[in-house]
Amino acid sequence: MASFTLDVNGKSHAIDADPDMPLLYALKNDVGLNNPQFGCGLAQCGACTVHLNGQPIRSCVTPVSAVGDGKVVTMSGLGTPEKPHPLQTAYVAEQVTQCGYCINGWVMTAAAFLRDNKKPTDEQIKQALHGIKCRCGTHMNILRAVKRAASMMG
Amino acid sequence: MTKMEKPANFSRRSFLTTGGALVVSIGMPISAETLLSINTAFAQATATRPPLVPNQLSSYVAINADGSVSAFFGKMDMGQGLYVSIGQMVAEELDVPFERVTVYMADTRTSVNQGGASGSTGIQSGGKQMRAASAEARRVLVEMGAQKLNLPADQLTVADGVVQAKSDPAKRATYAELIGGRHFNVELEWNNKIGNALYAPGKATPKSHKDYKIVGKPIKRADIAPKAFCTAPFVTDIKRPGMVHARMVRPPVAGATIESVDEASIKNIPGARVVRENNFLAVVADKEWDAIKALRQLKVQWSNSKPPFIDQAALYEYIRKAPVRKREDSKPVGNVEEAFKSAARVIEAEYEWPFQSHSCMGPACAVVEIADNGHVTCWSGTQKPHFLRDGVARTLGVKPETVDCIWVVGPGSYGRSDADDCGNDCAVIAKAVGKPVRLQYMRNDGTGWDPKAPASIHRARAAIDAKGQVIAYQFLSKGFSRVDVNTNGSQPRDTLAGHFRGVELRSGDNFGVPAESYAFANKHTAWETIPPLLDRASPLRSSHLRDPVGPQIHFASESFMDEIAHALGVDPLELRLRHVKNPRHAAVLQAAAKKAGWESRPSPRKGQSGNTASGRGIAYAARNGTVVAIVSEIEVDRSTGKIWARKFTVAHDCGQVINPDGLVHTVEGNIIQALSRTIWEEVKFDTGNVTSIDWLTYPILDMTEVPEVIDVVILDRPDQPPTGAGEGSTRPVTAAIANAIFDATGVRLRRAPFTPDRLRAAMS
Repeated sequence: MASFTLDVNGKSHAIDADPDMPLLYALKNDVGLNNPQFGCGLAQCGACTVHLNGQPIRSCVTPVSAVGDGKVVTMSGLGTPEKPHPLQTAYVAEQVTQCGYCINGWVMTAAAFLRDNKKPTDEQIKQALHGIKCRCGTHMNILRAVKRAASMMG
Repeated sequence: MTKMEKPANFSRRSFLTTGGALVVSIGMPISAETLLSINTAFAQATATRPPLVPNQLSSYVAINADGSVSAFFGKMDMGQGLYVSIGQMVAEELDVPFERVTVYMADTRTSVNQGGASGSTGIQSGGKQMRAASAEARRVLVEMGAQKLNLPADQLTVADGVVQAKSDPAKRATYAELIGGRHFNVELEWNNKIGNALYAPGKATPKSHKDYKIVGKPIKRADIAPKAFCTAPFVTDIKRPGMVHARMVRPPVAGATIESVDEASIKNIPGARVVRENNFLAVVADKEWDAIKALRQLKVQWSNSKPPFIDQAALYEYIRKAPVRKREDSKPVGNVEEAFKSAARVIEAEYEWPFQSHSCMGPACAVVEIADNGHVTCWSGTQKPHFLRDGVARTLGVKPETVDCIWVVGPGSYGRSDADDCGNDCAVIAKAVGKPVRLQYMRNDGTGWDPKAPASIHRARAAIDAKGQVIAYQFLSKGFSRVDVNTNGSQPRDTLAGHFRGVELRSGDNFGVPAESYAFANKHTAWETIPPLLDRASPLRSSHLRDPVGPQIHFASESFMDEIAHALGVDPLELRLRHVKNPRHAAVLQAAAKKAGWESRPSPRKGQSGNTASGRGIAYAARNGTVVAIVSEIEVDRSTGKIWARKFTVAHDCGQVINPDGLVHTVEGNIIQALSRTIWEEVKFDTGNVTSIDWLTYPILDMTEVPEVIDVVILDRPDQPPTGAGEGSTRPVTAAIANAIFDATGVRLRRAPFTPDRLRAAMS
């Protein structure tokens, strides 16, 4: 066990954990967030995606000891109903989800991609989201939402 | 607005009686709190809660003190927007604005057993009951209004939840004034069935569709925003005071039994302990990561079990030769055998379908808490909480009324998944450790050990006479049963917890035959089931996955229609229209073809050269009253064998459409999931165990492979009863693609899935 101070969504959290414990469990059980989610523990699906210093990472395979002073932003830190991120607005407008368990992977990956890539083509969006899983098959909705958000972030 | 506040302290009465503002989340299983105001007593209303039984109106609908409506629904919405449709049906019959209705779903504390999610009957049977109950509630409210206003009921009308005199709107009584905050006390005519078949109407006749104002409107879901802002908990987020974490330890070889467990091997992990009962083995720790470490570290000596499975390469040969355990024949038309004897030509084909996995987005999770007074609460992502309640009660050896099961949205829901196993497993562990337990499976449990869609073969034969007419048709499905384990977790014999603890499986038999209306002078269809490869705790035990046995059967039957068309040199749509008899079936075929701009010609398409070949295919199927025709337009990369399904045109007739917006989203999801099953999905196994254990070994459709367009044509039939949309459009997808592959390349694929390797090999 070791002590860590995590910067999550702009707040500092002191936790005691095994250095090799993945960040996911710190976020869910120590910080107490309802997101991200455990999908595979193998970095294959995206359900656990968060931003570390602005870049999407898979928190299910990132040891808490590797986070250091890095700034962690989860999907709940992306925006609020009062001040939503364009992707959150677009998700609601396009009625994207079915079960919604996959949502962190798509939104957090797309958020970093749209921040760095203005006016992307459909093909670029698809490539950016390659590998992320949705089992309910809401891909058409997801694409519409990401395109809507892209136009909002223009 | 969407918090799950202390769900354990919830009681059904708190919906109606607790002080404070209305705090509701449509579709979420949470408590709503409204102000109680006692009015004049009526016989049809009561301040005390009537029992939660199917023949009580109060079991389905309540008017809160502020006039808002609570609808208690014994099914659940897996994300297709069902609860919105239910809210529309309830609001319509009660004559209240849609926004005033809150639907509480799939919670044994608030609803009776309407079967949970099952067979796309959410609207078809679940909605039918909610409609009948709401109509009865309106009738009772009008009667109460008549008493209060001292006017005959037939001189009253209802608008926006206000009963008023037709002649004088000033003579009025609101629903809130009439009964708000108290319960209906009205007996319904229950058919004495539970589950999907439950029906308990009152004396009222529901409205004519001509008077609908809310049904048929596109209304959006309110449960997306809480997901987008991460304010709504999934079942994985449920936390209870003192809760510990558990993981299951499954055998490396299916059928292996435990010889010894070295509990000392995890003694360095704080709080880690083993829970064992026969071959049921779990690890528990205070912290989740410690439970996972204990799972990985625990030393177990398993028996040298004889590997129970067969070489996967021989799967279909095995099914072909396996002894038939049960056969069911449809009523034959004409004399098929005689017709085949007189045939000028006989066309025959056989099709093969693999085991497939639910592979939910996350492996199942459940939380079970046993209170000091023995009351058990199980939070689960199950589709069927009432049945899981019964299962947990049996697993723990307590009465069902001692157990509550609360559905909380889980990681996907497509049938009898691992969720029902998880709830029962978690109950065993919670009893053993005496603390609230959260159990989440690992990925390899979710993919490797979930109940599978059954593998099967399908033989079709057609007899053609000298004039080129189809004079006889025969179809046989043979495969593993769709109910090797039953479709709910109500019996320990159908769960892994039961199997590993020593309960014997009683494997059931069911499969199916094509659902279409093709008329042939002589026609015969049948199905046969074979015994499971391993009779207990099998990772290849088979059960229901979205549209159970529909994709495999109609892959075969609708591919075969194209094979007949090819043999006769006619257009595949033309052949179907020659034989299809039900006018609604013909209508979807014509609608899909028209919207897709179907060109009448035989397949394959001529003049295809170059690396990319394009083709089109059509297929249709019925499902429980719903009928769907699909035209797929695809491109095949000849060098890689990769298929891109560029466009789908889907003509969909599910009778009366309650919410066209929800319907289109549902159809899109079905098409994508079915496309994934068509191109990629096949459970791999070796002789010892399932080897599809994650997303690399069980790939699904990727974002880079999705269609450009899914064009949904809704054939609304407002004068017809509504039927299901949750699965029907899954059914014809594989054949529509197989037929398009043939159109593009002249290659007929008769084994799913159509992986690039398989198609490339077939083309070479």
